[in-house]
Amino acid sequence: MVNGADTAFILAAAGLVLLMTPGLALFYAGMVRSENVLGTIMQSLIMISIISLEWIYIGYTMSFGPDVAGVVGDLSMFALHGVTNAPSETYATTIPQTVFMIYQCMFAVITPALITGAFAERVRFAPFAIFSLLWAVLVYNPVCHWIWGGGWLAGLNVMDFAGGLVVHATCGVAALVAVMVIGPRKGHGHTNFLPHNLPMTMLGTGLLWFGWFGFNGGSALAADGIAATAFVATHLAGMAGMAMWTALEWIKLGKPTTLGAASGAISGLATITPAAGFVGPNSAVIIGLIAGLVCYLAVNFKAKMQFDDSLDVVGIHGVGGITGTLLLGVFASKAVNPGGVDGLLAGNISQLGSQLIGILVVCGYTFVVSLIILKGIDHFMGLRVSPEAEDQGLDFTEHSETAYN
Amino acid sequence: MKKIEAIVKTFKLEEVKEALTSIDIKGMTVTEVKGYGRQKGHTEVYRGAEYVVDFIPKVKLEVIVPDDMVDKTIEMVVEAARTGKIGDGKIFIIPVDKVIRVRTGEVDNEAI
Repeated sequence: MVNGADTAFILAAAGLVLLMTPGLALFYAGMVRSENVLGTIMQSLIMISIISLEWIYIGYTMSFGPDVAGVVGDLSMFALHGVTNAPSETYATTIPQTVFMIYQCMFAVITPALITGAFAERVRFAPFAIFSLLWAVLVYNPVCHWIWGGGWLAGLNVMDFAGGLVVHATCGVAALVAVMVIGPRKGHGHTNFLPHNLPMTMLGTGLLWFGWFGFNGGSALAADGIAATAFVATHLAGMAGMAMWTALEWIKLGKPTTLGAASGAISGLATITPAAGFVGPNSAVIIGLIAGLVCYLAVNFKAKMQFDDSLDVVGIHGVGGITGTLLLGVFASKAVNPGGVDGLLAGNISQLGSQLIGILVVCGYTFVVSLIILKGIDHFMGLRVSPEAEDQGLDFTEHSETAYN
Repeated sequence: MKKIEAIVKTFKLEEVKEALTSIDIKGMTVTEVKGYGRQKGHTEVYRGAEYVVDFIPKVKLEVIVPDDMVDKTIEMVVEAARTGKIGDGKIFIIPVDKVIRVRTGEVDNEAI
């Protein structure tokens, strides 16, 4: 039975989640050098086109179509066959299935866009586009099915409210593989890669934060108390993450920075994502504080390792998504969400085990498949631009445009 | 005639200009430049990664003055541009062979 309030809320939430992709484009573009701004924006922006099309033809049916052995959905809903304004019998039973389909589409769009921060400023557009498409089909769709589409991890009681595993852990692990396969930017370690426009990054942070209310709040799939719980938890964790990162930086470096504040906010938001609808406000603050600490340490560790994850996808999204997935097993409470689970603090140790299995399986699978895709594309097409093009910047060499004249 | 080339902190440009105007210097050319001296730039920190910024923005101003104005001009620039901290800049004095005003064809001191 279609509920009008639920439908209106999820349609609005879908719009909010869409906004995160151009928001992410600005977030990333501000951190690169001025000759790579449009190349960086394009890598996020084009996902809206490529992945939306992929989603309606095979993505949705692979993720949410009738289950085949717990592994993947079958192709019976190819090109949205049978996806109508009647609710699905299995998912989101109070909204038209078209609404559920387009809401989930926006998650599929932003996930490969998140990976692009790891290999910013050095990858050719054509192989990048093919990588993203293959990755969406071979990594995102199956993992989405395993956890949200009634697949085998859902059967093992692995919980993920809004995408700590499905979105953040997968993009973080893929980012790690990409950095290993593609290698550092030319001059890494002695050239300066200063962010060219941090106000642009701050604008992107604001749009991401705003969109995250749709991402997490909408994942209740209804306009109800769980949506409100997730909305509040999201805001509080982002706020706590920002406070923690800023404070750490202030103590260690003597000055608080805007990029630090933004990084802390995104850390908190990514980390609360899997737990948002399962935890109360006080737990959300603690999760946000832990997120700020852990992601700060991860990013600083990367700097010491001389590892060129250019815009910190691994340290913030990967580490945040995994941390939040584990913390769900600690802080989740049926008193907050009767349809959810109890975590360690509510006396249930087994949930932590389920979460750990989920992390190992999703990260392991993502690592192997991402490695195969990237190695294959690199072998046949070559992922990197030429050293001359890298000096000139992607804006001109890949797109024949310049951001600033 | 001499050319006086002064590289100063950007925020000091306005004060230097006013000081030179006060001794009746009628024109100058200003360029935004980047460079470093003995202090060798400064360090910025982004997400925990330290970057040494080698070239610091400064302004270079150029004025041409008659020989008898050189000492006074230098004195005014030094007074206006000095903060006493590292990076206050430098002044170079260069001989000028000839000056021509394009519009009238006047030369040397009349053309300054």
